Formats: sequence, structure tokens, C-alpha cells
Amino acid sequence: MATENSLSPEARSILGSRISRRAVLAGAGGLGAAGLLAACGSGGDSASSANSVRWGNWPLYLDFDSDSKTYPTLVKFTEQTGIDAKYFEDYNDNDEFFGKVQAQLKLGEDIGYDVVTPTDWMAARWLRLGYTQKFDAANVPNKVNILDSLAAPSYDPMRESSLTWQGIMSGFGWNTEKNPKGIRTLDDLFAPQNKGKIVVLTEMRDTIGVILLAQGVDLSTVTEAQFMNAVDFMAKKIADGWIRGVKGNEYAEDLTSGDATAVIGWSGDMFILASENKGKFDFAIPESGGTISGDNLMIPSTASAAGKANAEKLINYYYEPAVAAEVAAYVNYVCPVKGAQAEMEKIAPELATSEYIFPTEKTASRLHVFRSLTPTEETTWAEAFQKAQGN
Amino acid sequence: MKIGKARVPYLLLLPGFAFLFTFFILPILNLAQTSTQTPVKGGDTGQYEQTFAFSNYINAFVDNREQFGRSFVYATLATILALAIAYPLAYAIAFKSGKFKNILLVLVVAPFFTSFLLRTVAWKQILGEEGFIVPTLRSLHIISEQTTLTSTAFAVVAGMTYNFLPFMTLPLYASLERIDPRTIEASGDLYANGLTTFRRVTVPLSMPGVVAGTLLTFIPAAGDYVNAAILGSPNTKMIGNVIESRYFKIVDYPTAAALSFTLMAAILILVTLYIRKAGTEELV
Repeated sequence: MATENSLSPEARSILGSRISRRAVLAGAGGLGAAGLLAACGSGGDSASSANSVRWGNWPLYLDFDSDSKTYPTLVKFTEQTGIDAKYFEDYNDNDEFFGKVQAQLKLGEDIGYDVVTPTDWMAARWLRLGYTQKFDAANVPNKVNILDSLAAPSYDPMRESSLTWQGIMSGFGWNTEKNPKGIRTLDDLFAPQNKGKIVVLTEMRDTIGVILLAQGVDLSTVTEAQFMNAVDFMAKKIADGWIRGVKGNEYAEDLTSGDATAVIGWSGDMFILASENKGKFDFAIPESGGTISGDNLMIPSTASAAGKANAEKLINYYYEPAVAAEVAAYVNYVCPVKGAQAEMEKIAPELATSEYIFPTEKTASRLHVFRSLTPTEETTWAEAFQKAQGN
Repeated sequence: MKIGKARVPYLLLLPGFAFLFTFFILPILNLAQTSTQTPVKGGDTGQYEQTFAFSNYINAFVDNREQFGRSFVYATLATILALAIAYPLAYAIAFKSGKFKNILLVLVVAPFFTSFLLRTVAWKQILGEEGFIVPTLRSLHIISEQTTLTSTAFAVVAGMTYNFLPFMTLPLYASLERIDPRTIEASGDLYANGLTTFRRVTVPLSMPGVVAGTLLTFIPAAGDYVNAAILGSPNTKMIGNVIESRYFKIVDYPTAAALSFTLMAAILILVTLYIRKAGTEELV
């Protein structure tokens, strides 16, 4: 049903009055491109000290107080532990970040971070290559708070070296003026009023995942033939002028400027867009199902012993339900921590019932995880996906 | 100790050579080495070994000839458009601007004070659905309701023309400004009319500026990917976008390196032919 997936009117009104997480979301495209160009710039901090921890994360992905220009939960962490937390918003793209630090990881030289935050499939690559360190279980007792559904991914079945930072749903986003009935299926998406104004995500597993699910394919067993078939479908929609672009965060900008009227997008972004534009936009998990993925906190193999211990304290801190709730109230992505929902009741009761932060079991059952790929598949599938978008 | 006079020029060249060696020669060698590698059998994503696979070059070119062709077509169009806009502009600044000359020159350079990226993103808004151009053209029935300007080849070429315009204008201005007005007067004295004077005197004397300007526009435009990435669509991708995607998205370093070399070679050949035709002395 529509109401089950769409933002509730209450959530809309509350979000509308709340100070927005990022009034600059519309400018994210430019930032993304800037990051793309700055790919060669060195990130992180070269100085590792015994009393600090250096964390590389995605932009706009941690509670931020725009008045004091600080990250409240991070400030509290420093107050509690005395550890100086250095936070770098320099993750723009999984591949790009990997490209930047790979050479040092190979040589075992400090990469400038004690905590990194790659997405599932990239986390799998780091683990395969031995570029991470296992947590000392005694230092991360809050590990047990991870949601059952996230507790045993194929790349780290015991969660020995990784813990989810936030979960990301992808599905359909749309302009409610152009699509008053909403979008629930691929047919709704490729409706005449959206011709030439559809944008899909550059994240291969999300875009192709949503298409595959609509074609009735199980993402946990997807074969190369099925994948290529879905890529061909996308390529045809591009060639026929239905899809105007394959983009990262910039799709939000296209929606606000009117250049796009329907997208395959991410829940958190759409949530913010809807609240900032008084219900002009909406989001839903497709009838045939949406994808869910996670970004993971991991400790690189190059972190020093002190850096690793501090990183473990940091990770443990963010797995405290109260802290996790505070972060979730700001970022609006799926919260991976058990007990955070009860904590959310205390700080923002209206968000405690949000399907986007705390999906019910019924919603969760409609979200699917893309299976992990072999290195050969990773290359050939990525190549096909890139070719379909003209690269 | 006194340094021998003969050694001074070499010492003066040293910093430049050291810089070029570290930041140009070494990366180029590294790129050349990468371009003939192939994936390690059973290795992980991004692991390659040297097998001197020169076939990489052929495969890379054949696979992406469409984007190569597009890059050169777009770059040529942008260069011609920039020349058409910049020549009258530079001419006016050099000969007709009077006391406004300095202000006009500052205005030509002013866009450099903002980031290249921001300027390109601004074009997206100018040409976007909610900018003023699209609604105006629609109300005048020049374009239909369905036609959009962003995500088109038009937007990409327009963006490149705009972004590289100062590189065309400044050399043109410099060479026009240097023209001795007495040569133009002399032409008039010899009964040439305005058009003939322009064609036979002004244009030939401004050729160094034309050659420098077209090179400074064409070379970066051919390798550009920002305009296509921000203003284009999947159907307007240029070779720069392919290299970026090969390097960062597919993690196919050899193909990215082979494409870079092919692009460099192609530009070098075109530029050599162009300079041969235009004459190297024009560059001075």
C-alpha cells in the first residue's frame, strides 16, 4: 500500500519544521564532481598519535551541528574517553577511495585512517585482500547490538572485522506533481510523463538490483546472463531516450531543478528532499522489492596498535543505542543498532516509527541484498554496466 | 668558488628538468608500463602483471572509437565557436575599447576567480528546466515542451566553449594589440577598403594569436571530461569519461593507460599537422 511505503504526513510536517541536515543537498552534485577531480589529493592525516583516532567517512553522514560546526556525538566521545577523534568527510566513491589508498595498503604504510567506511561489496574486497584487522572482541562488547539481519554477511559471517555504519535502501523516488499516483513498478517509472527525465544510480548493485527484482530475479543467486539481460534493458532505455543520466548524489539536484521527474534513488536522500520541498517528492520500495546495502566500519591493516584500540572504542561507542539513535535522527538512513528505536522514542518519537530508519519486519522482507561477486565478475559486470552508460 | 660561466645555463635549467623528470617523465614511463599489462590469473580486482600485451591498444581503441570520435568533433566545434566569439571580442578590446580596455580585460579573466567546476554546474542551472532560457524558448515555440537543453551534446559543446573562451581570447588580444596601427593606416593609404585591410593585414598579423588560441582551446577540450560528466548524458560521453570510468569504476588500469596514450598520440599528430600547416614561426 502507498501509505506503508510513503512518508507519513506527520513525518513530513515534523521534518519540515526541523533544521535540515543539509540545506546544501542540491549542491551535492558539484561536490561529488569536485571529489572526483580531487581524487589524487591525499586524504586523512599523516600523523598518528597514541591518543587519537582518524576516521574517513562519506559526506553528510554523521550528526552535525551547523551552529557550532561540530559533530555532537563525536564531541561526546572525546569527552568520555579523552581520545581526540579526527573526522574526515572524504569518501566520495568506493572505487576512488580504494584507488587512493591501495598502494600504501599493499606496502603496509600508514594510509592516514584508523577507521574506514566502505560499502559491503568493497568491504568484501578489503577483507579478501587482507587489508583489515580483526576487532579485539573485549573492546567491542556492543557488537551484540547489531540487527540480526545484518549480523552474518557472507564476507564477514562472524562480524569479526566489520560492523555496519548505516543501511541504505534503494527504490523509486518521484516528483509528486508529475506522478500523482506514485511509482511502484518499472512500468510506472517508464510512464510517458517521465520520458527523458529519469535518472538512475551509478551504484551498479542498486540500479541493476532494482531492475533485476522487477524481472523476478533473486539477487542472492543472480547469474551473469540474468545480469547482462538487465544491463541490456537499461542500455535500451538510455538509447531510446528514457533515461537521461546515470548519476550519484546529483540526482537530487536534477529532481529539484525539474530536469528529472523520477529516479531510482536512496531512501535517506529522498527523505530529506521530501521534507525540504513540502511533499513535492516521495519515495517507495518497489512492489517487486528494493535493495539494501550497508557501509561498514573497519580498521585498516595499517593502523597502529594504539590507533586500532582507539578505533575499537569509537566503533563500540557508536553501537550504543542512544548514540546510534542520535545519529539516525540526523542521517535518516537505516539504523543498524538494536535498542536504538527505544532510544529514539525519547529524543524524536515521531522518527521512532519511521519505516526508513527502523524498517518493520514486513518492510525488511521486501529488501534484498546483492550477492557478492568474484573478482572476475566484479570486473566484467562493472564493465558492462559502464558501457551501458556510454563509458 | 666561482661557477664557470658555461655552466650557468645548465644550472638554471636544473629545477625545471628535475620537476619535469619527477612529475612528467616518471609518470609517463609508469603509464607506458601499465598499458601493456594483463590481469593476474586468479588474482583480485585491480591486480595486473606485465605481459607486454600491445593488443590492449587495439582493443581499447576499437572498443571506444565512438567516444574518441566524439571527443574530437566536440573539441573542434568548441574551438571554432570559441574563435568565432573571441575574435570580435579581442578585436574590440584591442582597437575600439578606449578607456574601458582594462575593465574588459579583467572581465575576460574574471571567470578564473571561480572554480571551473562551479562554473560548469552553473551552466546546468542556466540551461535547466527552471532556468530562464528553456521557458523563454518554449514560449517562443523555438523548442517543444519535450525538448530539454541539459544532458545534450549542445550543452556539452556550449560548456566547453564557455570554459575555454579566455584561453582563446587572451592570445588573440595579445597579438592584435601588438599590431602597429601604422600598418593599418598604410593599408588605407594604399586604397584598400576596410574589409581588404582586415583580410590582408589584420588577420595575417594576428595569426600567432589564432594558432596559440586554437591550440590552447583544442588540446584541453579534447581531453576534457568535466563538461560531458556534468552537462552531458550517456549518449554524449567523451574519451575522458571512459578513462575515468576505466580507472576508478572498472579498475582496469591497463585499458585506462592505453587510452591515455592513444589520446596523447592522436592530439600530438593533429597538433603537428596543424602547426606544419600554420607554420611554427607563427607561435612566436
